[in-house]
Amino acid sequence: MKMEPVLVLLHTEADGALAKAALEVLAAAVAGRAPVDVGLVGSVVQPAADRVAGCGARRFLAVEGEEFAQPRYATDAAAAEALARASGAPLIFAPASSRWMRVLPGVAHRLGGCADTHVTSLSRQDGKPVITRWYYRQRMEAALERAARPWVILLESGCYEAWSGAPGTARLERLPVTAAPRTRVEGVQAPQSGQQTIRPDAALLFVAGAGWTKNQADGKPHVAEAEKLILEFLDRTQCSLGSSKSLVDLSGEGQAVLGFLSHLNQVGQTGSTPRHPKGLATCCHGEEPHVVGWRFVTERRAVNLDANCGWARGKADVVYVADAFAVMAKLNELLRS
Amino acid sequence: MSIAYQIAVCAGIVPDPLQTLDPVAGPAGPALKNEMMLPAVLDPWAAHALYEAANLARQHAGSKVWLVSLSPKAKLQQVMMTVAQKAPFELIAIDGPSSGFTDSAAVAAALAAAIEGIPGLDRSRLLVFGGWESASRGAGATMQVVGELLGITEQFQGVDELTAGPDGSLRILERIEGGCHQVSVCAGPPALLGWATGKLPEPRNNPQVGMANMRSILPALQKARPAVLGPAGAQFHGVALPKQQRQTRIVKDAPVEEIAREIAAWIRGE
Repeated sequence: MKMEPVLVLLHTEADGALAKAALEVLAAAVAGRAPVDVGLVGSVVQPAADRVAGCGARRFLAVEGEEFAQPRYATDAAAAEALARASGAPLIFAPASSRWMRVLPGVAHRLGGCADTHVTSLSRQDGKPVITRWYYRQRMEAALERAARPWVILLESGCYEAWSGAPGTARLERLPVTAAPRTRVEGVQAPQSGQQTIRPDAALLFVAGAGWTKNQADGKPHVAEAEKLILEFLDRTQCSLGSSKSLVDLSGEGQAVLGFLSHLNQVGQTGSTPRHPKGLATCCHGEEPHVVGWRFVTERRAVNLDANCGWARGKADVVYVADAFAVMAKLNELLRS
Repeated sequence: MSIAYQIAVCAGIVPDPLQTLDPVAGPAGPALKNEMMLPAVLDPWAAHALYEAANLARQHAGSKVWLVSLSPKAKLQQVMMTVAQKAPFELIAIDGPSSGFTDSAAVAAALAAAIEGIPGLDRSRLLVFGGWESASRGAGATMQVVGELLGITEQFQGVDELTAGPDGSLRILERIEGGCHQVSVCAGPPALLGWATGKLPEPRNNPQVGMANMRSILPALQKARPAVLGPAGAQFHGVALPKQQRQTRIVKDAPVEEIAREIAAWIRGE
């Protein structure tokens, strides 16, 4: 059966290299045994093209220049549209990076096609591509296909092994693209020093729940002590810090809060969906929205005073029924040594 | 230079996050079991967009906020009883499905048509807001198409902060990888912003605002036009709840030292 050609749309990072997620998408495309084109966007893309020159792509298309160095809707959409038109491939695969997520649904509209985002797997049924993705914030999974073409598919990171072939020298076909954006990108603002957020590269995700700010055994909250314990744990393990929505929202309700938490730490329904290898939840209650945020954490443990909470049954690997303050104090002591 | 903004906030409704959701196969594709019986809320990220829009409008005299919603109007009316008390706005209701299985491009077409139909729409003052993803479809693919249909090429997604400069420019912080924000400066409207959580807390209920809003909300609901959505683009092979059930080990009555030692060993991969 004849396979539909695939265009793999990639962009370079600030250092000119390709991200791991980009190589994962390339691997997924190459594994399908369909003819593959690679489209690259960035300031200078030859090194990135050379890095994947051995992937077997039939064409290496490029849009490059200073105006394409930084993510921006007007320029990125123009570049992606030009690459898609030049390739003419009916299937377009791309990593679900913030840069491509911003523009590719709009580009699909320009091309008269369709787009699916947050795709977690690709397969074929009767020769047609079938994707799986989650609905209702990771609460149910659907498998679907589409007849419309071009079909833009944005793949989540961590779903495929990264492509790791030998580099070479790619023959680039550079496309002339002009765009007149009214937006200037000033740069990137990193979290303040000492602040941890959801970092995908961390080995461990630590989630702080609202219980940290509630009254303890003596009838009083111990927020300062909670902050100290959590910050020391973050410092010792360099883990990613997440929180439940209820804890982040407490600040809006005028209650005592952990000062270093913001909406960027939120996991679950209105937060991020982390994919860390290990997750440790403390003082969290087991409602479904919280569990949703943990769907893709591989090994899950929790410290909780309620053995019967939703977390305790079927969601975590281990639940320690204990006072998180005491456990974390002892854990920090052990990590110090 | 103070601009009187025209802010159209696109916001659907979704089942209350605390509800248990079960997929069922319907005649028109997948749906939720007892969908019309489930209590609904304004889509959380779109709700943040509404609060940010109201805040911006308050700071710029003459600005106006429209809430554009494609939802079943009976459910929307219930949701409006609460939302109307949060911020001043005029409702533009489109009667149609709020299901996550509806095609994002079809939803975008209905929303863009409703925005284009706003009387006296001035694109040089237009800001289109919405959530960057919904809590139903969760695709983050609707707002871009709304922008494309309205001819807006200055688009931002995962926005957490918007500051209007004295020269009319817009300084925007968008979420990117690694917990960082990209900082961009847009020359001015028209622009489209898909909001993440923003910086504002949920406003307290204000009954006076609610009463003022309801004067326009009820007529808007009465005259809500049925949405004409395009053909379903996707052919679903199946929708299912995740089956993975873990064998949880409950550790009770163990000394704190023992628990801490076990967790430390697990973290270290021993």
